[in-house]
Amino acid sequence: MITVSVICFVLLSLGAIATTIRLVSGPSLADRLIAADLLLTMFVMGIAVQAARTGDGLYLPVMIVVALVGFLGTSIVARLIEKRGG
Amino acid sequence: MTAVASFLLLAGCALALLAGVGVLRLHDVFGRIHAATKPGSLGLLLVCIGAGLMVEGVTATTQLVAVVVLQFFTAPVGAHLVGRAAYHSGLLGSRTVLDEGIDRDADAGSAESD
Repeated sequence: MITVSVICFVLLSLGAIATTIRLVSGPSLADRLIAADLLLTMFVMGIAVQAARTGDGLYLPVMIVVALVGFLGTSIVARLIEKRGG
Repeated sequence: MTAVASFLLLAGCALALLAGVGVLRLHDVFGRIHAATKPGSLGLLLVCIGAGLMVEGVTATTQLVAVVVLQFFTAPVGAHLVGRAAYHSGLLGSRTVLDEGIDRDADAGSAESD
């Protein structure tokens, strides 16, 4: 399970690096918003992989909080883009 | 059980990598929304099922189910909001819209001018 979790973390890190490049260089604000949302999803997946590695659900409430706050931020910044232009 | 959980975790993380590559490589806001939302949600579902096979206790499993339900309710709504905002602020690029009538008229006009 340790090996599998290490491979999972490597895959998540590569995906997060690609998403971070888009977050930094994205031409419009909507691109950055999408990249930030995907980064939060990858963070939640990393917490789940860590829970599967250790076998206890100590950090699992963090997943719910991050998912909710991520949706809140996405919807609010989408309204900002709609009013101000992206 | 561990083999099934390992396969699900690896498949979910590979989908996350695919989503990251899609967000980096696709050329338009709407293509990036498409690349981020669907593999992200499916990858989170697979990873949460894999983690639910490994953790013990009803509380942890309930929290994992809650995360999956939240993601599957909020991800389409968020993607729709971002897509609508991007459409209204004029980010629909010329590489995304395919209007063959305009192209045919343009070709006919150029042929006539020749």
